This record gives sequence, structure tokens and C-alpha cells, in this order.
Amino acid sequence: MPWDESLVNSLVYDEPDPKQGRVLSYVQSLNEALRIALEDNESVIVMGQGVDDPSAMFGSTKGLQDRFGESRVFDTPLSEEGMMGVCTGAAMRGLRPVYMHNRPDFILLAFNQLITHAAKCHFMDNGLTQVPLVVWAAIGRGWGSGAQHSQAIQGLLMGVPGLKILMPSTPYDAKGLMLQAIQDNSPTIIFEHRWLMKKNGFVPEGKYLVPIGQGVCRREGEDLTIVGASHAIELAYQASKLLAADGVDVEIIDLRSIQPIDDQLIEDSIRKTGRLLVVDTGWAIGGVCAEIGFRAVEKWFSYLKGAVRRVGLPDVPTPAGYALEQHYYPTAQNIVDVVKDMCRK
Amino acid sequence: MVQYPYEGQGFKDWSGALEKYSDSFLIDLFYKMLRIRLIEEEIENRYFDDLMKTPIHLVIGQEATAVGACAALSTSDLLYSGHRTHGAYLGKGGDLKKMLSEMHCKANGCAGSRGGSMHLIDPDVGMAWSSAIVGGAIPIATGAALASQYKSDQNVTMVFFGDGGTEEGVCSESLNFASLKQLPIIFFCENNFYSVQSPLRTRQSQRDIFRWAEGHGINSSVVDGTNVLEVYEATKSAVEKIRDGGGPHFIEAKVYRFRAHGGAGDDSQTGYREVEEREMWERHCPVESYYSFLDQNNLGIKSQRPELQKQIEQEIRDCFEHALKSPEPKKADLFKYVYAD
Repeated sequence: MPWDESLVNSLVYDEPDPKQGRVLSYVQSLNEALRIALEDNESVIVMGQGVDDPSAMFGSTKGLQDRFGESRVFDTPLSEEGMMGVCTGAAMRGLRPVYMHNRPDFILLAFNQLITHAAKCHFMDNGLTQVPLVVWAAIGRGWGSGAQHSQAIQGLLMGVPGLKILMPSTPYDAKGLMLQAIQDNSPTIIFEHRWLMKKNGFVPEGKYLVPIGQGVCRREGEDLTIVGASHAIELAYQASKLLAADGVDVEIIDLRSIQPIDDQLIEDSIRKTGRLLVVDTGWAIGGVCAEIGFRAVEKWFSYLKGAVRRVGLPDVPTPAGYALEQHYYPTAQNIVDVVKDMCRK
Repeated sequence: MVQYPYEGQGFKDWSGALEKYSDSFLIDLFYKMLRIRLIEEEIENRYFDDLMKTPIHLVIGQEATAVGACAALSTSDLLYSGHRTHGAYLGKGGDLKKMLSEMHCKANGCAGSRGGSMHLIDPDVGMAWSSAIVGGAIPIATGAALASQYKSDQNVTMVFFGDGGTEEGVCSESLNFASLKQLPIIFFCENNFYSVQSPLRTRQSQRDIFRWAEGHGINSSVVDGTNVLEVYEATKSAVEKIRDGGGPHFIEAKVYRFRAHGGAGDDSQTGYREVEEREMWERHCPVESYYSFLDQNNLGIKSQRPELQKQIEQEIRDCFEHALKSPEPKKADLFKYVYAD
């Protein structure tokens, strides 16, 4: 078994009760979303290096080429910038490309077309064209992914006007946000997390949409608000169970969309708890943590009982080695420690 | 020393070919080139009034590529361009009023004053988009060609870029993808030998650009970019093959800009190229050499020219006046179209 498969298989999540609804894994729900989108709209095409290979983007594109043909689901050259431009041009002419990457690190090769073209075309031409493009990648972590295969680059992109950025944390949202992103007329990036791919959850059959820009409260609590997205929500949830045992009751806000951000949901929660911790899979500097933290100070300062804190990556590139990794990535226990410290003050 | 002498043959061998064109077609090519020349000269004349608060990249000297290539396209065919977009826009039939309003930063500009002179667009006539990043429009045009192939809409896509554009990685990436998928696209390289002030010899090895393109498995050719008929024929041949189901084509046209990379006036005297070199190419001016050719072949152009010129000058005056009188965009306009509805 490939190393990353065995790592992801070893992760333990709360299991949903199948009696209460249909259970799918995260990757199965993505596969279903893409199938529905391809069935639903002839303009949808799915492309990316390896979408038709046996690994099929962690399984998310499995079987799609057989079902929809090579003109709609196809492998691409390793030309990330060129293909991002091809997707942009095709989207401007009425197609709805879903351009998939194994890792966000490869999107860095395409920044010129993504940031300087796709994100701005609609604005620059006064609305004459639209770029209904979905860019998808799964953040890697662990077992040697290292500095060049684990980058969570959402923070770099939050400051680019014109992009929407989605970071689902459940199979339900993975499907609903993918379908919404494909239907959206603006360029939309979906950052998945490798460690969520085998997480199970309730996923309704058929088409449903999760609106972009709306977060959701995952756990109600009175003492402190934790805001984040994607795998950071899983860590926060694990931390909340440990904290509950110690009598600390946290509220967890899953942003789902980090651009645009659901300000109202955060505000309502801070108004209640008076304390804010922001968690993210990316670097704490300049990204989700920094932006939400600043908004809190700027807009909701009067509700705060103490300083806003953050748990993200340190200002260091990802180390490849196992021992160093253990000191690099935040854990549920890190979140517990910070929360306890905040509540003590 | 002249680094890049004119090496073309002009219209030397073209008299015999004239019978296949109608007089009106031949005169129309002249009219369109003259119109672009006069528009560009007027923009240049007025540039230091500072009412056009936009960078400009004049196509004076490069009119034959825009006019000759666009004459081979139909209105629904798509054209993409780099930063030097005035010729492409006008060649494809873009609205002059909207262009000059855009350059005067007015609300009724072709891009609502969000683009400026490097982003002239007119979807009604297939002037699809342009990018100010060198090479940036090449993959976007390739994607448009992919969409045409996917939808079987019979459109041909063409993209203009310069010699510098071929140095960008995306150019090679796009040629490979277009060749792989046999896309209905013409890559049109206007090789004017200089990227800003950097000569080709400091940027590329000594080989022909079209030969390099050929290495991607693409049908490639080179033309004298000062000869509007040669440009037209090469493009027409490519368009016909593509409409018959052929794959992508690459055309290199050797041209010369008579002005600086950007702004008004020439900058040869700064020393990066010889004034003598520009003067050599000016003797093969695409507008005047074609005019002489038509005149020598008794097309009656001499008697028509004053009237054509008068017409164009009146149109230009009217369009400038329209632009100057047009309203400016409002603060609320700034926040439109960040996201699409």
C-alpha cells in the first residue's frame, strides 16, 4: 500500500450511524458530485494530470472518463500555467472546466493565469466575459510530503480580488460545495485536505448545493469561539471533546468558504462567547488566521474579553522528516492548551 | 550597425496575382491600413495633452499584419492579442468610438475604463480579449479554440503575440496542447525583433521562430509582415485548412515598429537600435509600399486616396470629440464585476 494511503487509512474519525442516513466517504461524495455535474450540464469538463489514471485523484474522478468520454474527462500535459490559461479561455467561451491538481503546490506554477488573468477577466472587461472555472487541489500532509508537497496556500490567495476559495470539512459539504462551485460563474478554488479523504459522513443522494460564503456552526458552546475550515475543524472538534471533559465549552464555526467570509456567523458567536481562537491548516501569518483575527479586532473588539489567538503553522517551511513534522503541525492538544490559557485570563 | 535589415521582396512578384482579387477588396485593404495609421498618428499627436491617461503601444509600421490577417477571418472567428492591441482591435472591426472612449478613461469605453489601451475588447466583432502580460493571451486563446472544438462551432481562433511572447513558457505549453488536441487556432507571431529595447539576439538562439514552432508538430510558415497580401494569403490558407478539419497553424511575420515600445515617438536615438535601421524599414512601409503597388497596377488609388483620407480624418475627429464629451465612470462602478452574477 502506498505510504500516504496507509497514513490516511490510519486516521480515526467519529463514525456516522448508517441508520440515520446514507453514509459516503469524502472522496466518494466528490466522485458523486462530479458525476452529477457532468450529467447535469454538457458544458462541464474535468481535466488534470491523472484524472483518468488508476489513482484517479484519490478516487474522486474514478470511472468518469469511461462514463463521459475523453472529450469531457481528460488527462493533461504537465503545463500548469498553460492549462490554467486554457481553462480560463474555455470558461470565457462557455465551458465549465474543473481543473484538478493532486497538490496545491502545483497551482503555484499557474499563478500568472490564475491570479493575473482568470481572477480579473470579468472585472477588466466590464463584465463582458465570465470565467466559470473550478480549480481543485488536495493539501498534503505527513510522511515526507515536505516543503514542496504539503503547502496550504489559501492564505496567499485570500488577498486576490475575484477569486472564491472553498475549504470543506465534511463529505456533505465536499459534494454540495463542488456542485455549487461548478454552477458559480466566478473562478473558484477548492482546497481539500488529504487527511479528510476517507472520512465518512451523511451525504444525500442527488443534487444539492451548499451556498458559497455561508459558514456553519459545528458545535454550540458558551466559553470561546473557534473559527476555521477544512481539517483544522476536525482538530478543533477533537479538542472540543477533551475540553468538555475539563468543563470548557467551545463553539466551533466552520467557515467552509474563506473568500467570501461569513462575517455575521462569526460576529454572532463572538458576541456570545467573547473569546476567539482562529485555527487553520496554513501558515498563521498572513492567511485565514491573520485575516479573521484582524476582522475581530477591527469590527468586534467591544465584544472581546481578551486577546484573539491563532493556531496555524509556524513561520517555517514544512520539514520532510517524521520527527520534525511532529513539532511542526498543530495538534488537538495544542488547541486545548491555547484554549485553556485563553479561558484562564 | 543595422541588426535586423529588411530582407523581404516587397510586392516584386505580386502583380501577376492581382487578378484573383476584386478591386474593392484590394482598395479596402489599403483603406483599413491607412485608417489604422491615421488613428495611431492622431493618438500620438494628442498623447501629450494627457487626456488619454493610459499607456499606449502604437502599431505604426505594423498595420499589414493586423489588416491582412483579419481580412482572412470572418466576424464570428475570435481574435486575441497581447499588449500591442490597437491594430488587432481595429483590424477585427472593433468600434473606434468605444476604443477612444476607453483610452480617455470614459464610462462608455469598450471595457468601461477598466482595461485601458492594452485591453481593447469588442465581442460583437470577435475581438475576444487581450492580455498585458507577455504571452498571457496565448493559452487563453488556446482554451477558446478548445471550446470551439468541443462545441463544433466552426470558429477559428487567432492570437497575436510578439517575438517576446514566444519566450514565455506558456507559448510552448500552448503550442504543445494545440498540437496534441489538433485545435482550430492560428498562432500569429509578429516578430518585430525587439522586446522593449532588448534585441532578439540577446534573448533567443540564432534560429527562425517559425522553425521552433514547427518543432511542436505545428504547420508553420514565415511571411513578410510588411506585405498585406502575403499576410492575407498565409492566413487565408491556414483558415481554410483549419475549417477543413486541419489542426493548428503558426505564422511568423517579420515586421518593424516605427515607434518606441510604448508611448509617443521613436526612441532609436537612445542607442539600442540604429536610426538607420528604422529608416530602412520605413522605406518598406506597409501602407506606402502597398499604395505604390496599387498605383503601379492602375487601381486608381491615386485619385481615391484624398477622399479616403478625408473621410477617415473626419471619422477620427468625430470619435475623439465623442470620447472627450463622454461621461466618466462613477465611484459605484468601481465595485462592479469583481464576481460574476
